[in-house]
Amino acid sequence: MLEIKDLNVFYGSIHALQGVSFNVNEGEIVTLIGANGAGKSTTLRSVSGIVKAKSGEITFCGKKINSVPAHKIVRMGLSHVPEGRQIFPNLTVMENLMMGAYTRKDKNEIKSSLEEVMERFPRLGERSKQMAGTLSGGEQQMVAIGRGLMSKPSLLILDEPSMGLSPVLVDEIFSIIKKINQQGVTVLLVEQNAFMALQVANRAYVLETGRIIFSGKASDIQADPRVRQAYLGENDEEAS
Amino acid sequence: MENLADQIINGLQLGLMYALIALGYTMVYGVVKLINFAHGDVFMVGAFVGYFGFTQWGMSVPLAVLTAMVVCSALGVIIERIAYRPLRYAPKIAALISALGVSLFLEFFSSLKFVFGPNYRVVQRPFEEVHWNVLGLNITNIQVIVFVTVLIMLALLQFLIYRTKVGMAMRTVSVDHNAARLMGVNVDNTISMTFAIGSAFAAAGGVLYAIAYPQIHPFMGIMPGLKAFTAAVLGGIGIIPGAVLGAIIMGQVETLTSAFLSSQLRDAIAFFILILVLLVRPTGILGRNEPDKV
Ligand SMILES: Nc1ncnc2c1ncn2[C@@H]1O[C@H](COP(=O)(O)OP(=O)(O)OP(=O)(O)O)[C@@H](O)[C@H]1O
Ligand SMILES: [Mg+2]
Repeated sequence: MLEIKDLNVFYGSIHALQGVSFNVNEGEIVTLIGANGAGKSTTLRSVSGIVKAKSGEITFCGKKINSVPAHKIVRMGLSHVPEGRQIFPNLTVMENLMMGAYTRKDKNEIKSSLEEVMERFPRLGERSKQMAGTLSGGEQQMVAIGRGLMSKPSLLILDEPSMGLSPVLVDEIFSIIKKINQQGVTVLLVEQNAFMALQVANRAYVLETGRIIFSGKASDIQADPRVRQAYLGENDEEAS
Repeated sequence: MENLADQIINGLQLGLMYALIALGYTMVYGVVKLINFAHGDVFMVGAFVGYFGFTQWGMSVPLAVLTAMVVCSALGVIIERIAYRPLRYAPKIAALISALGVSLFLEFFSSLKFVFGPNYRVVQRPFEEVHWNVLGLNITNIQVIVFVTVLIMLALLQFLIYRTKVGMAMRTVSVDHNAARLMGVNVDNTISMTFAIGSAFAAAGGVLYAIAYPQIHPFMGIMPGLKAFTAAVLGGIGIIPGAVLGAIIMGQVETLTSAFLSSQLRDAIAFFILILVLLVRPTGILGRNEPDKV
């Protein structure tokens, strides 16, 4: 569904991505893990067209999208929930969700998507008229994910959805991600919380300073001692 | 006392015209974080187009206003396209210098003989000024036209920004271009649209101004432009109701100063307010940490 080949991205003279290649198959949850500054968000931003790659190829559903502007990529069924949520604080919760459906025309279908999102996040229904900027961090994350779903994506890209949430909410967010996937949405997930991410994902890639250093089935990656030490914050003796 | 009431009405007329200009400053600032210093000159072009419309092209006043709005929308879009878009993500100072360049260009280009010419022109109003005495207040038909036009335009703007998809896009672009792009918003088009709307409002303001104070010239946009800019800053730059509030205050201050203190002090006080706001409360009257931009 999504295929990245030899991607190189620069910020000025910083070579942020150095030949990144990976792919996401339909129906999967794929996670991209790595330390701060490894280039995870940059990878996602190049996929959704916010950052333009210097070289390499990004193919989505059989179409090369390197030079497609970001606002058109959304229309192709790719939805990117950015790092730090980036909800619109000056819009109400309802308006934020409707912005997610900005590219869609059919009023009835939009309405049924809205009902689905409200069902998934009942809290948002209660707060639909509240300014999104006044919500709690967890509620804002729900708006961000709900908004991402409103475009009815075939591929949902999530950048650190658990950032800054309490453990209970983190569990809730991950179970929601799983449910979304079970309903047929392919998911590309970037997480600091590598442990949780590896539990829900089918496959994983480990990114280090702009390069993919490991890849494989999530369960294998989780068992790999090198990964455990570097990204799961565990000593070899400790087990989980 | 009656005189005071009359002056307040005069001030309101002036303030509402400033509001039409101030809205353009504030809307454009909302979406591109740029002070469009050529905005006062777009107002001037609007005044000229309206003037030609009802004096030489045989248009009715409403048609002349609409024509000026259409011409200036196009002008605003072209200015953004040529002078600001290439510099959008460059350091702010570059776009600011570009804005000053556009402003000077419009002023001096308009002064050329084959354009508007360098001289003052007296505007022949297409109708007589009529004075009415309503409950002891002196009201003119021009004031009524200004009030009604501005109120209609404010209502339209309110509808556009809060009830339409374009308005929603403008509000998201004012928060973050990339976040808006991820929703599928065409940021370039939305910015063009904002310039078009802001310029159309300035044009309407220009035609009303030419009717109310019937003398026009290529540099006529400078002072009202600066006053309206002050109004936008006073109300809180980027905040739409702030622009209207600031403009109404500026209209009152200016009119009351010249009526009861000295007309020479008028401009000095206006800019003293600008400096004061920038020093004491740079976010303006309605400005908060998280202003409702655009
Ligand atoms: N706009 C930018 N300008 C310059 N450098 C940038 C920019 N964005 C990211 N970088 C640099 O690119 C590298 C990769 O950044 P990126 O945000 O992709 O990391 P990340 O893996 O998402 O990190 P984190 O886990 O902290 O979110 C970093 O070295 C960062 O400093
Ligand atoms: Mg990141």
